Amino acid sequence: MGTACKQVIADVLAETAPKDKDLLVLCSDSRGSGSIGPFYDKFPAQAIEVGIAEQNLVSISAGLASCGKHPYAISPASFLSTRSIEQIKVDVCYSKTNVKLIGISGGVSYGALGMSHHACQDIAMVSCIPNIRVYIPSDQYLTRFMMEKLVKDQEAAYVRVSRNATEDVYTPETKFEFDKAVLVKDGTDATIIAVGEFVSRAKKAAEILAEKNISVRVLDMYCIKPIDKEAVIKAAQETGHIVTVEEHSIIGGLGSMVSTITAENAPCKVKVLGLPDAELICGTQEEIFEHEGLTPEGIASEVEKLIGK
Amino acid sequence: MNAKQLKDKANTLRIHVLDAIYQAGTGHIGGDFSVIDILTCLYNGVMNVSPETVDDPDRDRFVLSKGHSVEAFYAVLADRGFFPMEDFLGTFSKLGSKFIGHPNNELPGIEMNTGSLGHGLPVGVGMALAAKLDKKDYRVYVVLGDGELAEGSVWEAFQAGAHFGLDNLIAVVDRNMLQISGNTEDVMASGNVADKLRVYGWDVVDVQDGNDPAQLLKAFEHCKERAGKPHAIVAHTIKGCGVSFIQNQAGWHHHVPNKEQYEKAMQELKGLVK
Repeated sequence: MGTACKQVIADVLAETAPKDKDLLVLCSDSRGSGSIGPFYDKFPAQAIEVGIAEQNLVSISAGLASCGKHPYAISPASFLSTRSIEQIKVDVCYSKTNVKLIGISGGVSYGALGMSHHACQDIAMVSCIPNIRVYIPSDQYLTRFMMEKLVKDQEAAYVRVSRNATEDVYTPETKFEFDKAVLVKDGTDATIIAVGEFVSRAKKAAEILAEKNISVRVLDMYCIKPIDKEAVIKAAQETGHIVTVEEHSIIGGLGSMVSTITAENAPCKVKVLGLPDAELICGTQEEIFEHEGLTPEGIASEVEKLIGK
Repeated sequence: MNAKQLKDKANTLRIHVLDAIYQAGTGHIGGDFSVIDILTCLYNGVMNVSPETVDDPDRDRFVLSKGHSVEAFYAVLADRGFFPMEDFLGTFSKLGSKFIGHPNNELPGIEMNTGSLGHGLPVGVGMALAAKLDKKDYRVYVVLGDGELAEGSVWEAFQAGAHFGLDNLIAVVDRNMLQISGNTEDVMASGNVADKLRVYGWDVVDVQDGNDPAQLLKAFEHCKERAGKPHAIVAHTIKGCGVSFIQNQAGWHHHVPNKEQYEKAMQELKGLVK
């Protein structure tokens, strides 16, 4: 097992804080969940607690950013992306403030806590607002690469990570390009485009299919917005079949975006996998995935169905 | 500028606001006329900001949380030279104009975009906090409407302002007792705002006539002198102040005058400017 992406975010922020005195971390009684408690202990002058007030969290961050600060608002993705959506829209996006929103415990990380704590709408909610980027990194190495870029730039971004440790997909030597999909594995018969938790599962699905002589390309679309349109079109043209997988409602997320790109540029068969438009069953994150058929085997089976084998 | 000169200026700017709204066929005249004396005071002596210092890190910050009163805001900024008055009057609300019907921070002198209520004070808390962290002396002024006090996010910010001890933050409540649907106390009672804010830990000044620059200047001066707590000025204003048939009428929240009303209002306002 790898490392939790939220831990890597906390590490990069702690490494950057001494060099960037304007860097601030803000939490809404969410330090523990964000693994950011040690940052508060080490850099008290760069750490702010706003209490359980997510709307205020985002607006205060925007006010700080408008005065030259570099705020990182860390809060559970469920609350940050929906309770504070208007603050994101008006105070961050419309006013163009450099606020980095870190949604922790994304998707169904809080599995058994129910729909109030699930963040399965955040990609749809945040992505359709102008002036903000959206990222869902898949492992510790990609998270570090992404964070090291974000701490240097001056534009708003929403980053969603899971609560648990995420299996390594890459190695310390892997070379990434910012805002470009990562080619995890090349293939010719179909492409699985995945984000976050599902990249490692997509890779395993491709391995299962390889044993059946089905050659599958796997793309990690960690940059949900700006999405790597070119990589999607290339996948459609070269492999003719695309399966998308995400820890998000099948409405309005990665699958919707990929479908629009293929429909407009390179029509091909697309299957959107994700969480259904329904209340989810009570269980752990892993159990919910299994219940919804979102296992390497389940994904592989959907690829087979799509290509007609 | 003394109180008399400020009042004359505010009344002159009311004429520009009336022109802008009449020509554009849109606007929020009631709130504009309610708040314009407050804005005139802020930008003509109270705040440390000018067209030359719009990017100065030490400038005072201002957020118009009741963003619908933007016509008054544009008129006051234009008068102070942040942009030409004719640009505002000539293009307000027209296709492609930067003079949108709520504050647009692509215009010089406007810090933040507002429009949806309940955003300005939380943003102001962030700005005031930034000043404290940077050990800078600038102040942050936020003007809120009284109907806006029904938004819960406002109270998150009142709580945070006191918690962080932001004595560089001044919230002005334009307490005109009216909102789009009627009297604030009928729609959602705010009651004694000053008492509520004192309980929240704010230093509060109740200004009996919030359309009187003399009383407003005194209140702003008080805020500059007191340390330790954030400041709230509850300015008891008259919505639509300055025109007999517009003032204290909820219907004039965003009513646009017809030709006859425009001429009558213009005549009354010109009579106020000596």
